[in-house]
Amino acid sequence: MADDKDVLRDVWFGRIPTCFTLNPDEITEREAEPYYLLLPRVSYLPLVTDKVKKHFHKVMKAEDVEEMWFEYEGTPLKWHYPIGVLFDLHASNTVLPWSITVHFKSFPDRDLLHCPSNSIIEAHFMSSIKEADALKHKSQVVNDMQKKDHKQLWMGLQNDKFDQFWAMNRKLMEYPTEEGGFRYIPFRIYQALSERLFIQKLFRPVSPEGNTHTLGDLLKEMYPDALTNDGEQKRYQVLIHGIEPLLETPLQWLSEHLSHPDNFLHICAIPVPTD
Amino acid sequence: MPVSLLWAVDVFGRVYSLSTAGQLWEQCRDAQMEFKRVTAAQQCCWGIACDNSIYLNVHASDLPVRHQEDAYENQRWNPVGGFSDRLLPSDRWQWSDVTGLQHQLLDGVQLPSSSWEWEGDWYVDENFEGDPTEKGGWTYAMDFPATYTKDKKWNSCVRRRRWLRYRRYKAMDTWAKIPSQQTTLPDPFSDISCGGWEINEEPRGRLSLWAVSLQGKVWFREGICHHNPEGSSWEEVDVPGEVVQISCGPGDLVWAVLWEGQLIVREGVSRDCPKGTSWAVVESPNPEVGATHIAVGVNVAWAVTKDNKVWFRRGVNSHNPRGSGWISMVGEMIMINIGLNDQVWAIGCEDRAVYFRQGVTSSELSGKTWKAISVPRDGERSHSSASANSIQSAGCFFFGEVRDQSGGSDVESDVEKGSADGAFGLMAAPESSADAATNPSSDPPVEAPKPRIPKVTSDSFISELVSDQEPGKTSRDVGSAGPAVLEEEEAVSGEGDVKIPSAGAGRSPSQRAGAPDLQWSNVDLEEMQARHVQPAAGQDASDSCSLSSVATYTLAMEDPYGADEHPLWAWVSGGGCSVDSHTQLNWFICPLNTSSLHQSVQSLSLSMTPTQTAAWRKQIFEQLSERSKRELDNFKHYEQAVEQSVWVKKGAMQWWRDWKPHKWADVHFALEQFSGPEGYKDGILFIYYSHHEEKKYLHAFINEVTILVPVLNDSKHTFAIYTPERTKQRWPFRLAAATELEMHDWLALLSASCCDARGIHGPPTKQAIWSITCKGDIFVSEPAPALEAAPYPTPCDQMFWRQVGGHLRLVECNSLGIAWGIGYDHTAWLYTGGYGGGFFQGLSSSTDNIYTQTDVKSVYIYENQRWNPVTGYTSRGLPTDRFMWSDASGLHERTKTSAKPPSTQWTWVSDWAVDYSVSGGADKEGWQYAADFPASYHSYKTMKDFVRRRRWARKCKLTTTGPWQEIPPIPLSDVTILPCPSNSSVDTVPVWAISSKGDVLCRLGVTTLTPAGSSWLHVGTDQPFKSISIGAAGQVWAVARDGSAFYRGSVSAQNPAGDCWYHIPSPAKQKLKQVCVGRTSIYSVDENGNLWYRQGVAPSYPQGSSWEHISNNVRKVSVGPLDQVWIIADKVQGSHSLSCGTVCHRLGVHPFEPKGQSWDYGIGGGWEHITVRGNSMEPPRVFLP
Repeated sequence: MADDKDVLRDVWFGRIPTCFTLNPDEITEREAEPYYLLLPRVSYLPLVTDKVKKHFHKVMKAEDVEEMWFEYEGTPLKWHYPIGVLFDLHASNTVLPWSITVHFKSFPDRDLLHCPSNSIIEAHFMSSIKEADALKHKSQVVNDMQKKDHKQLWMGLQNDKFDQFWAMNRKLMEYPTEEGGFRYIPFRIYQALSERLFIQKLFRPVSPEGNTHTLGDLLKEMYPDALTNDGEQKRYQVLIHGIEPLLETPLQWLSEHLSHPDNFLHICAIPVPTD
Repeated sequence: MPVSLLWAVDVFGRVYSLSTAGQLWEQCRDAQMEFKRVTAAQQCCWGIACDNSIYLNVHASDLPVRHQEDAYENQRWNPVGGFSDRLLPSDRWQWSDVTGLQHQLLDGVQLPSSSWEWEGDWYVDENFEGDPTEKGGWTYAMDFPATYTKDKKWNSCVRRRRWLRYRRYKAMDTWAKIPSQQTTLPDPFSDISCGGWEINEEPRGRLSLWAVSLQGKVWFREGICHHNPEGSSWEEVDVPGEVVQISCGPGDLVWAVLWEGQLIVREGVSRDCPKGTSWAVVESPNPEVGATHIAVGVNVAWAVTKDNKVWFRRGVNSHNPRGSGWISMVGEMIMINIGLNDQVWAIGCEDRAVYFRQGVTSSELSGKTWKAISVPRDGERSHSSASANSIQSAGCFFFGEVRDQSGGSDVESDVEKGSADGAFGLMAAPESSADAATNPSSDPPVEAPKPRIPKVTSDSFISELVSDQEPGKTSRDVGSAGPAVLEEEEAVSGEGDVKIPSAGAGRSPSQRAGAPDLQWSNVDLEEMQARHVQPAAGQDASDSCSLSSVATYTLAMEDPYGADEHPLWAWVSGGGCSVDSHTQLNWFICPLNTSSLHQSVQSLSLSMTPTQTAAWRKQIFEQLSERSKRELDNFKHYEQAVEQSVWVKKGAMQWWRDWKPHKWADVHFALEQFSGPEGYKDGILFIYYSHHEEKKYLHAFINEVTILVPVLNDSKHTFAIYTPERTKQRWPFRLAAATELEMHDWLALLSASCCDARGIHGPPTKQAIWSITCKGDIFVSEPAPALEAAPYPTPCDQMFWRQVGGHLRLVECNSLGIAWGIGYDHTAWLYTGGYGGGFFQGLSSSTDNIYTQTDVKSVYIYENQRWNPVTGYTSRGLPTDRFMWSDASGLHERTKTSAKPPSTQWTWVSDWAVDYSVSGGADKEGWQYAADFPASYHSYKTMKDFVRRRRWARKCKLTTTGPWQEIPPIPLSDVTILPCPSNSSVDTVPVWAISSKGDVLCRLGVTTLTPAGSSWLHVGTDQPFKSISIGAAGQVWAVARDGSAFYRGSVSAQNPAGDCWYHIPSPAKQKLKQVCVGRTSIYSVDENGNLWYRQGVAPSYPQGSSWEHISNNVRKVSVGPLDQVWIIADKVQGSHSLSCGTVCHRLGVHPFEPKGQSWDYGIGGGWEHITVRGNSMEPPRVFLP
């Protein structure tokens, strides 16, 4: 019998095969070979692309190199979204490997945040965790942790140490059994075709009457368009970590098992491919 | 937590029970009449019904209540006819009891009541002191009375034999009336309270039952125990005044309330005198307002005064049963009841809801808040459409009356005394016939005749109450249908009037006509019903010919049960309800959604959990594996974005130095983990220490570590790390962490690391070998295929053991994955298929299948005394003597204050008490005597005894988690599961067990899907048993408490319990202790540590012929489905040290050499139990050149 713990492992070790190619407009000394890499779905682009940077720096002059950024089919990729979210949102149902274009100039300031160092990612990651815990436990758990515990979470992500990360993260996933779940579920719903960043509101795992809320309940309230009405053609795929959980999946379970390391449940609603 | 019941009676006299696992008040349907009061123990519930008789409801259990009757047949030899029943005139009766003094004819033995039935006919007991006799069970002697032997000698002039017959209590799960043997039965009972089960556990199931009669007398029921659930007789207990209510706690507390409002406390209640000796008076909490109600537990007393105020008595305990002072508590209640663990239950004065006192712990006995239990009732016949207002007025009105009337009570009860006896018989019969006659169209009345007896202690003002109501005005109009009825009823009500001098005559007929079926009830009922009936009568004239309660019911049935409906309770009893402040109860929120119902179902079913199989979960698992296929399978050659690196965890610890003098040395401890290529993980452990100012270190590779064992130590948090080499040395790394938490963190981390290094994840396999240490920790090892290989098996010091959460004394399993455990407190546990629990959190533990587990054991200390001619026994010993308070050896001082629970995980749950159940017996004060320390002790003092000792016990409890779920309700001492070949398909798996009392049980309905089975089948024996084992082909062997073995004949799938026991003599001068049966091999261990093999067992002769000695120093044996033999050896010498309790494997076992040749030594010491009965993996065949 498969165990729920295996889900955590599968989520953590989710990888997207990626092909990085240099933007042809970049000035190079010789031709840049594409670079192939398995990107962890739960990580962030700047955190796992040191090798990419090094690879392309080899063929470029130092003065031609500015801050690196990534683009997929014309869309600049926001580094502060988990890689898996970027992929699901923009490139799911496409042929693998995922083909990302690497840029070293004309940083699109309007679309992307700058990321001068990993400490910015760490700050972003930790603030997400804190925000999630504020929703889940009124920040009680994260505030009870020591500095080194925070560091352990971050180092776990940075070094891809599942055990190290989860040894600490399980504390963030606890809740009083009599309450049946977290206070609120930290979630974000991304829409592929919308200019809106994402939907994030307060939503409880259990209804006031004591009913367990499901993924379907959440979508009905937050993004009813994503649901398929009776007799209707399915219009949207609801993806979490590249899979489509059934709508009756309990939200609390999803939050415990399919959240990203930042403790948010990132849900992508993308149009059903028309082919 | 075991499932147990809370009992309550509603204001209509209906009895309900609420299960700790349930969320529904279930009506006790078989209650043929209404009840006033109930008082529950765990095994039964007593009640007073409306006929004022006492009824008993014994909860059905798989263990029947059987009682053995016996009689002796005596014969004398005479030269003419040999032995004959012609005895000398001076001899005993031809048929007698064991002493010969009582005449006892077989036919003369009667069933004590209609609740009993004979199990069979009389038969001759063929066994004598554990040995079978030859000639019809006769035992011989020179003369009566004398010592009997089973051998007939030349001088054997008399002989006798024992006849046996069993009777069985049949009135299980039903209310059976307690027959009144006495003609001068006490006047009708009005209150009842049972308790006292903690003061003496012998005889088993003993209870104290106290009752109060309408006249205020107190009665004690003698002789209640498991074999005699009804008790034998009532004994009056003198009281200093008129008692209205009594409460008996589980221990030695008994309090009662007097009419005048004072309380009396029973003193001198003890093990030998459960009735107590005298009463002491305690004044009411409030001098102006008398007490109306009292409830006592083990260390608490709670009272209610006439103004409904609740009071808590400080400082109550066995030494000071009167306590020291009252504390006023919040809340207004009409009654209070103390259940197990001093938990408090009450009925609110305003809303008549059942309240539970939250937060009652042994350190905070008064608790924190009242919380109302709000669960629905299974009532299709629910009445309570009453508004909150009327409820309120009902309660307040009633108690207002009590306050006003308390002065006049004497008058009234006197009047009542005169009328009561005569009234009952008269009233019951005519009324029921009237009912039947006039009410042919309605449902047959389910109630038995119910005489109207208004005086029910505090209910004694019903009459006034009802008369004040004058409910009859309307109902009298409609009551014109049957004059005959009215006449009858008028006659009856005339009786009633006698009792109620103040009541107007106009009240009675109308009341009769209005609600003839409601004659008896608690006060609220009268009033409520009266109110109900009025509109009913007005609306429904067609029914008016007889406004029986049936009519009222019909009315109520039209009114479907609503969520906001509010049951009105009259009485609650928590004496059978095992909860404590940690128990998770689902009683306080209504189960409105399916998921919470789901949960309750889940907690009940011991097999598959439904959420495990939910579609959404399956979908996620499937899609995740599809995802990895899609996104990873073709791209494995891609580089990983993040390179794996070393991760180090460091900490400070203490280490038990390897060299002498051994001592705890401060060390730094580090674990370096790294991942090799292909995700393979490993690590190294370092212990950095300084020796003579020099920094040194020890290390061990994680993949060499065979086990991490928590070690029992009452002051330090210690654990041991073994490698194969350290196992050979019998000298592990012993480490101590600063805190328990730190130790658990390290153990969890190291364990995860060891499992990773060996690629072991998830739950143990079905083939796993289980073992248990003396600390109760559970370990499993995955057997290598070559473990049983011959001639070169895997050495057993290389076996890797990992811990599984939980706490057990023994565990048994088979190769179908069924595993049962038994705790120190004899609770039976089923393995749920999970892993982890305990300190394994997060990833090393499964999320489902982990449950709370508790265990209880006793800590013992000894009080030692020496006799001197002047003062007798005192605690002043000789200078050379042992400590006056010591451990069993006498070498270590252990006082009541210095003795600690075994480890910090245990907490005390009781106070020190004298332990009478010591081996060798004890006198009435628990003393055992001997000539000197240390010596063998006996239970009586002789001239030569100069020292004595007694054992004190204190219980402690451990709460942990693990993949175990309780199998209630019978406590077990041994269990065995059929060992199967690995690929066998067995439908139902035979499971046998011995209950903690020595009964032999056979579990029915055990399959791989329902590993807990369904019920116990009791297998009759003539004496208690202690060990049992089932082998292949239904060979069941058992060991009786007297040390002899038995073989059970004819056990098969069709006849799972077999048909009879064959006595197998034990090896000469040895008492067997344990038996284990494999495929064909039968091994047994005796009390002196010898291991025996049963010779000559053949399919045609399964009993075998003789015992052959194999080895000594053996504590326990486990024989597996391959006939492999594993033992726990007592002493094993290693290169550095000696270990006790070591796992050993018999080498050279072969189908033609089932006894094997030598031992291979594995993990130890400190091991208590092992089972290899899951390992049915045939070893790979090796052919020697």
